[in-house]
Amino acid sequence: MNVFDEIWAWFANPENWSGYASIPVRLVEHLGYSALAIVCAFVIAFPLGAILGHLHRGGAVVLTIANLIRALPTLGLLTLMVILAGIGLLPPMVALVVLAIPPILVNTYEGIRFVNAGVVDAAKGVGLRGPSILFRVELPVALPIIMLGIRLAAIQVVASATIAAYVGLGGLGRFIFDGLGRQDFAQMAGGSVIAAVLAIATEVVFILIAVLATSPGVLGRERLRFSSLTRKKVAS
Amino acid sequence: MFDFAWVWRNLPKIWDLLMQHVVLSYVPVVVGLIIALPVGVACVRWRWCYPIALAASSAFFAIPSLALFVLILPYTGLTPATAIIPLTLYTASLLLRNIVDGIKSTDDSVRQAAAAMGYRPMRRLIGIELPIATPLVLGGLRVAAVANISMVSVASVIGVASLGDLFIDGTQRFFATPIIVGIVLTAVLALVTDLVLVFVQRVLTPWGQIRRVK
Repeated sequence: MNVFDEIWAWFANPENWSGYASIPVRLVEHLGYSALAIVCAFVIAFPLGAILGHLHRGGAVVLTIANLIRALPTLGLLTLMVILAGIGLLPPMVALVVLAIPPILVNTYEGIRFVNAGVVDAAKGVGLRGPSILFRVELPVALPIIMLGIRLAAIQVVASATIAAYVGLGGLGRFIFDGLGRQDFAQMAGGSVIAAVLAIATEVVFILIAVLATSPGVLGRERLRFSSLTRKKVAS
Repeated sequence: MFDFAWVWRNLPKIWDLLMQHVVLSYVPVVVGLIIALPVGVACVRWRWCYPIALAASSAFFAIPSLALFVLILPYTGLTPATAIIPLTLYTASLLLRNIVDGIKSTDDSVRQAAAAMGYRPMRRLIGIELPIATPLVLGGLRVAAVANISMVSVASVIGVASLGDLFIDGTQRFFATPIIVGIVLTAVLALVTDLVLVFVQRVLTPWGQIRRVK
């Protein structure tokens, strides 16, 4: 049987769609781990990046720490945590949170740090102070860059959550590792296909969130509408 | 906790795995660059290519490495190619944006000056636009190299040897030493590679230093 037929047969098998180890269950597990890891990483990295960016301090430290963390292999961190803390939710969570921190931290810091100085000056000029400048000016302006960081983190987490199954957890990686153990290629490939589709879907969803969350002024839509208005006036 | 005797006894094996790791992570960086350069140049020349190439490469980049390793396994078997092909494609998709942005960052006055000096498009690309793009391309190369070095270890799970073998060995015997050795060597390899690329950037773009002094 051809490789594609094998994978197709695996997807078509109704046994894989019901029960405690079925595709929907694994998918929900996978999304659960990923969401938890992204929320944890966000809670750690976002305030830190926002405050340091607002104060224009610690840029070199942020970048160095982020690069050091990026150099750590996820699989190594995961297996080391299993030996230190035992099998459970903690090891994959630590590995995934560590993976998600650098993009969120760096993009939040750089997004806020490099908001146009003229815009910040104007905010001071109209009487805004520290926290209001951060929340009402810098964050909205930096939002596209921050959302890009969150998106990169989310993609990496959703992709790497497959490895959580190596230390006995659920998620889509379960199909890959169970298939590997049983020499069942169809199962491995089927799990891989779902993981790939999920990763691309995650990317699309986060792009949509970013577009919806960003202020129209920052996106440039408002300017377009405005310029078309003025052009009409001139024409009339 | 940390068994130095184990490290000493297994030094040759660890060295072999390190070398294997270097090959599996460096080859994709070089080949990825060779693939991404013409694609990037084509995307600048024919603008309609760029959104398509960008969407394809970012979708591709999202796919988990483990999934790709598994999906090409039937074609490549347990050879280094199983790890090298997906990592090459990751590197190329990561570099594409940097190459296009880099070439586009050439100032129009510079382009016009080149035209006035009699540069034809091909010579202008090689002599002017690519050197100007170098810092951005090397920035992308640094990210890709570090990402590859960290991702290669996943290939060990499906049986392609790398430093990741140490993680698997350590997990199977519930023994922390190989895992710590693997993490430290991977991180050191990533940092050394990054430093080398920073050095390469300084050599290739000496004008970058002048700007920094200002």
